[in-house]
Amino acid sequence: MSEWKFTIKEIAEKPELFMSGHRACAGCVPATVHRLVLKAARGPVIATHATGCIEVSSTIYPYTAWKIPWIHTAFENAAANASGIEAALRVLQRKGKIKNEHVDVIAFAGDGGTYDIGIQALSGAVERGHDFLYVLYDNEAYMNTGIQRSGGTPHGAWTTTSPAGKLIPGKPQFKKPIAEIMVAHEIPYVATASPYYWKDLITKVRKGLEVEGPAFLHIIAPCPRGWRFPSEKGIEISRIIVETCMFPLWEAIDEEYKLSPPSKAIALKPEKKKPVKEYLKIQGRFRHLFTLEHEHVIEELQRIIDKRWKRLLKKCGIA
Amino acid sequence: MTVVEQKVFAMSGDEAVAYAVKQSDVDVVAAYPITPQTIIVEKFSEYVHNGEVDTEFICVESEHSALTACLTAAAVGARAFTATASAGLALMHEILYVTSGCRAPVVMAVANRALSAPINIHCDHSDTMVERDSGWIQIYAENSQEAYDSIIQAFRIAEHPDILLPVMVGLDGFFLSHTLENVRILPDETVKGFLGNRKFPLVRNHEGKLVPFRLAPENPITIGPLDLYDYYFEHKRQQEEAMRRASEIIKQVHGEYANVGGRQYGDGLIETYHLEDAEIATICLGSTAGTVKTVVDELRSKGIKAGLLRIRTFRPLPVKEITVALKNVKAVGVMDRACSFGGFGGPVFHEIRHILYDAPVHPHVVNYIYGLGGRDMSYILINQIYRDLERILETNRVEKKVQFIGLRE
Repeated sequence: MSEWKFTIKEIAEKPELFMSGHRACAGCVPATVHRLVLKAARGPVIATHATGCIEVSSTIYPYTAWKIPWIHTAFENAAANASGIEAALRVLQRKGKIKNEHVDVIAFAGDGGTYDIGIQALSGAVERGHDFLYVLYDNEAYMNTGIQRSGGTPHGAWTTTSPAGKLIPGKPQFKKPIAEIMVAHEIPYVATASPYYWKDLITKVRKGLEVEGPAFLHIIAPCPRGWRFPSEKGIEISRIIVETCMFPLWEAIDEEYKLSPPSKAIALKPEKKKPVKEYLKIQGRFRHLFTLEHEHVIEELQRIIDKRWKRLLKKCGIA
Repeated sequence: MTVVEQKVFAMSGDEAVAYAVKQSDVDVVAAYPITPQTIIVEKFSEYVHNGEVDTEFICVESEHSALTACLTAAAVGARAFTATASAGLALMHEILYVTSGCRAPVVMAVANRALSAPINIHCDHSDTMVERDSGWIQIYAENSQEAYDSIIQAFRIAEHPDILLPVMVGLDGFFLSHTLENVRILPDETVKGFLGNRKFPLVRNHEGKLVPFRLAPENPITIGPLDLYDYYFEHKRQQEEAMRRASEIIKQVHGEYANVGGRQYGDGLIETYHLEDAEIATICLGSTAGTVKTVVDELRSKGIKAGLLRIRTFRPLPVKEITVALKNVKAVGVMDRACSFGGFGGPVFHEIRHILYDAPVHPHVVNYIYGLGGRDMSYILINQIYRDLERILETNRVEKKVQFIGLRE
């Protein structure tokens, strides 16, 4: 597979498939993520969406932000939506009932629709080997319903169902390693991406579309409302989360793990790895941890980040 | 048009359904195994693996995904089919509403089976009755032949550009799904000709352009958007309008099918049996009607004016047809193979008493809840119902409006 090369000008000139005018919040990084993902389109695309922030804010009837065919059915079944679309395209083309051209299928879902309620449909769809790209835009909680914790919420984070209480300071559990779970499905392409590293993100989307069979892309997508940061800070946070190795960038092609350049640079120069505190302190959802009584949660979080980073380096054949 | 010559195969109801799907040039089948539907997907898998059909068969990981995949496949333009029963249908519940709301013409066979708990694999109508408000057309077959015929008709009804609603065809679990019967099979080309290709009505897209109602890159449309208090209600009303139109289309498709297949089930909505001059009558759905007909024949031979009304199409409810059919009956026994816990009788009873409220003459209407969890509805029990109705007629008195029949009490 020869890598798709593009310039910023080419990307800028590509038509917008996810249009402006949607009703996402000011500073919504997930909306930016959707726009970037569709910039990687190589031809016709049909998209489907799990219930979630972007689904509701982009399709308020009679308006739509989608310049491509798009369908939403429910919350837990984005991957099943894609299964039906992909199977229908295949058979209708074979029978000559529709134009014989390749159509890419992209399923979008948030963390709730992926880690939690949607994991069954996702696991089933990739096991069956449907040719589609699943994009997880991870804003680390159920933002659409008002910031409730999900399997993707990090340890210690405040949400409305993991409040910063006197007894329990935020979410007691850890973030589920969803992308590694997807690699364990032995699918041809899994990657993580951050919108700060937009070129890396677009390249990975394109790779996910180009492989035959299921591809899974885990994109971190900070939410100003839910993470409690000023609306202009989303992209900066998308950088620091990578720099702290809280969200390392990597890809696994046929289960071969490989660090992506921003994380590889840290692996080669470990002193570049920033402490998690730098990431936590710019977000209100971790504010309660900066107290004497809850400082141990930060230590615990750092410990798990270090453990996972070490594990990842090992998988990538480094260290 | 002349009735075509047909082969007779010994088939179970499930096999008959699978065969009908095989002949209907279905593009996508997505299904999950559940007793007593499983034979349908097993049979269909054989067709796929032996190259007898050109269908994408998706062995999904749940019924929820089965119906979802059929829905989106239909949205792309495929003819889509699935089958389920009981807990499987209950798991689909959410997507049943989404399918009808997205106006996806999916066809589904339901081998009617009791709902848990306690777990039970045998026949009753609890599974489909609970879905009567889901926006699906509901047809209940009396025998395997009718299951076969109804599946073929269902594609025509569902895909009709004025309807675009999903259709479920109920066949009683085990009584039909697993029982061998002689089934007359139409030639492949007859079914193909009868169904034709899917047609797509034109809809106005967000740019104001009229485009075919399907997901196609050349004409992008958004299906399943957020629809709030400013439009949702109108869309629901449109669904109800489509349901109303469906009554005529079901009759029309049924009539056209009768011209080639030679078989009729009443007018396609209801079937009456010795009802014209009947004084006492029962009402039922599904396979029970076969036994009832035998009982009616015997009662008639004794000079008792007994009749039967079988509701074939339960959604849309044939209100006018039922009103006319019951106009001379003096005592009606409504048989329900489902229970509405805490309600006033079973679901069919609710509808019938409701319809008769506007009738010029009010017959006695009593409810017999029977056969839950596959309990046999025997010849003896049906006789008992007619005797009960005779007594009501004689005494002009109803002792118990809702009765449970054929169980220990």
